[in-house]
Amino acid sequence: MGDQILIRDQVDRRRSDLKRWLDRIVPVVLSVGVFFGVTVLAALVVDVVLEGSHRLSLNLITNYPSANPAEAGMRSAILGTIATVGLSAVICIPLSIASAIYLIEYAAGKRWAEVLRYNIANLAGVPSVVFGVVGLGFLVYGLGVGRSVLAGAFTLAILTLPYVTVTCVEAIKTVPEDLKFGAYALGATRFQVVRSIILPRALPMMLTGGILGISRAIGEAAPILVISGLLFIREDPTSLFDRFTVMPLQLFNWISRPQPAFRELSAAGIIVLLLILLALNSLVIYMRYRLYRRLEAT
Amino acid sequence: MGSLSTHEFLKSVRRRRRADSLFMVVVLSATLVSTLTLIVIFTTLSVESVAFFTHASILEFLTGTKWTVLFAEKHYGILPLLNATVLTSLIAIAVSAPAGIAAAIYLSEYAGPRFRNIAKPVIETLSGVPTVVYGYFALYLVTPNLLRVFWEGISIHNALAVGLMIGILTLPIVVAISDDALKAVPNDLRLAAYSLGSRKIDVVFRVVLPAALSGVVASIILAFARAMGETLIAAIAGGFRPVLSFDPGESMQTMTSYIAQVATGDAPHGTVEYQSLFAVGFLLLLITATLNFIGLRVIRRWEIKY
Amino acid sequence: MSAEDLLEKIKVIIREEESVEGADVEKDAAIATEGLSVSYNGRLAVEGVNLKFRSNTITAIIGPSGCGKSTVLRSLNRMNDLVPGARVTGKVLFRGVDIYSKDVDPVFIRSRIGMVFQRPNPFPMSVFDNVAFGLRVNGFKLTKDEMKKRVQEALIKAALWDEVKDRLDAHAYSLSGGQQQRLCIARALAVEPEVLLLDEPTVSLDPISTSKIERLLVAIKHDYTIIIVTHNMQQAARVSDYTAVMMTDENLVGRVTEFGPTKEIFTSPKDQRTEAYISGRVS
Repeated sequence: MGDQILIRDQVDRRRSDLKRWLDRIVPVVLSVGVFFGVTVLAALVVDVVLEGSHRLSLNLITNYPSANPAEAGMRSAILGTIATVGLSAVICIPLSIASAIYLIEYAAGKRWAEVLRYNIANLAGVPSVVFGVVGLGFLVYGLGVGRSVLAGAFTLAILTLPYVTVTCVEAIKTVPEDLKFGAYALGATRFQVVRSIILPRALPMMLTGGILGISRAIGEAAPILVISGLLFIREDPTSLFDRFTVMPLQLFNWISRPQPAFRELSAAGIIVLLLILLALNSLVIYMRYRLYRRLEAT
Repeated sequence: MGSLSTHEFLKSVRRRRRADSLFMVVVLSATLVSTLTLIVIFTTLSVESVAFFTHASILEFLTGTKWTVLFAEKHYGILPLLNATVLTSLIAIAVSAPAGIAAAIYLSEYAGPRFRNIAKPVIETLSGVPTVVYGYFALYLVTPNLLRVFWEGISIHNALAVGLMIGILTLPIVVAISDDALKAVPNDLRLAAYSLGSRKIDVVFRVVLPAALSGVVASIILAFARAMGETLIAAIAGGFRPVLSFDPGESMQTMTSYIAQVATGDAPHGTVEYQSLFAVGFLLLLITATLNFIGLRVIRRWEIKY
Repeated sequence: MSAEDLLEKIKVIIREEESVEGADVEKDAAIATEGLSVSYNGRLAVEGVNLKFRSNTITAIIGPSGCGKSTVLRSLNRMNDLVPGARVTGKVLFRGVDIYSKDVDPVFIRSRIGMVFQRPNPFPMSVFDNVAFGLRVNGFKLTKDEMKKRVQEALIKAALWDEVKDRLDAHAYSLSGGQQQRLCIARALAVEPEVLLLDEPTVSLDPISTSKIERLLVAIKHDYTIIIVTHNMQQAARVSDYTAVMMTDENLVGRVTEFGPTKEIFTSPKDQRTEAYISGRVS
């Protein structure tokens, strides 16, 4: 009997040694999960820079695409991106702000609002390529808009709508209830409360959401691919009904070519694209910092 | 100056009410755009899909093992495309689930607030990188420099590289939702476990993780749905061969890369090639919508619980 | 002073006393509730409230926390409309009209019945713009000078003018807590409401600020009907003419247990629980 207790003691101790060792080693193992993603990101950036940096030149931005990789540039794609994404932001941001205002200020607590919110959540789950297919069927052929900047911009606007709406909702929620109630108690209508209390306070945060939506739209290739096709465009888009291409599609085109020179070219193009996105995201971080400072001060 | 009479007050209220009502109509209409879009998506896909199914039976579509819509002799079996989509997505989840859950546990249970505040946005950027960049990476770096080292016979275009890159892309989804789920576990539960003399490892894996399990599962479901819809990586690095194969080293075509292929070529409006875009898109939407529905349901359940 | 004069003066005092103590509240009630009940998401919070708030007096609503005092107050200017899940039944009569009847616009009600909240909530703008806010929102068509004058009057009434007259353009958040709360009172008064509701207005303030606000309320009561919610019984005793006491029953539903002239409530409460509460045996 005494022996048995002793044996059990030893087993227990061995087990607790194992536990102590595990307790120390497990967090290290888990942290690999964190660094895994970061490492891949870093490797990606390093590879692209090594491969493409010597191809960075003004020609890359100012020249039209060409079959000769030494001369090829992405001018039409950059202009196409600016036109399409810019127009999509003009459509998407006001729609998002308005939706958020309705959901929070006019329909809060109502069943109807839940349904609308659910619709927006569902929209966020639709694969982006499906937006392209529907854009092709409904806008390009159904409404006869054609494979144009307009069709692309609308599709991108709808694609980013759920994300931007969610940030606008969050932005409105940061406005203290106190202030809203104070204005209502003076006899303000909802519209007046929105205009004079909510928007001044929430607008900067809404705009950061808008910029994030823009940077998402800039990287989107699949829906534009379906709507516009894989084109070799050597003209600037000048009208809403022009055919167009965008930067990620130009890159897709170059990546798909077998010649090594095009691989380098695509790496250089990726650097340009990533720099643009980096600039936009830095802008958001800076705006958030300013916002944070402002809220701290008050 | 003088004050406003009751009459004037009422007049002002009426005037402002009108502006308010008008504004409400405007913002309501904006909100309805989302609902309208859902309707447009379903009707557009349905109409063209119906046209597609005059060429192919639904039974053939769902059970056929040959997809040769772009060839002269046409077969309309979606299984090769569906198989490639599921296979690449499974590979993606095999990457993003373990790494993402580990990262979420580390960030939620072990990391200090400062590390957390830096690490979370950095992981987030992974989903902000344009997918065409991941496609480049898969084709030019992962396959030749990584996979070829272990697997000589692997094809240039292959499902494995596609899946691995989609895994990186979906990592932030798993991290964000799992982290939320872990954070939602009440601290009392942790304290109670510690007060019973548990080690941290027991608290984390026997108390917190089981309590957050449904959220973690939801994160995987939602990441899977996102993986199925990824287009550019598959189109660049997966190839356009519609073959029914379970060998991840082979080139194969996913549903999305089929759509991309039709789009890069020329499928005139009204042809069966054009209509097939909508049938494939519709099926893709139905599957991802179902997965999203389940995922969001699960999330909502734990949101109510705590 | 002649004997007649003295007699006259006493009569006036008696009459004034009567008008307060006589509890003929019925007649000149500016605002009254009839069978008012409020529930949140189906849970009853207060039930069967019958109160008559007399013009040009201060009525205090007191009671332990959670008894529904603020809920009652918020239903007097339809602020409960803004709380999702809130449902009000019964009547609130303002100038004899039920403010919950269909054709009454809550926006109008709120512009005639002002409100001051627990925590000072000035808008993030200048002192001047805070006071002018209600005037602008309500469509007062004033010239610049009229606006200035109106703002000044409101600030004087709120006993804040002397402290801010040199910095009307300063941000409201640069004021102290007590000043901010008086700014909120000025903001409400600028619209010239008939009724002023105050929801524990001094709960977050220091004693000096509190006493300033109490004094200003007493000073302006002849122009308004003032209703103040407080859980500070001394405050109710100091400022109010009438007092309503609210208590919760075993189901946590709030009810009015006692209502009458403040002096009576504090000297000879009829209800046992009120007495226990007032004498500090229940909190």
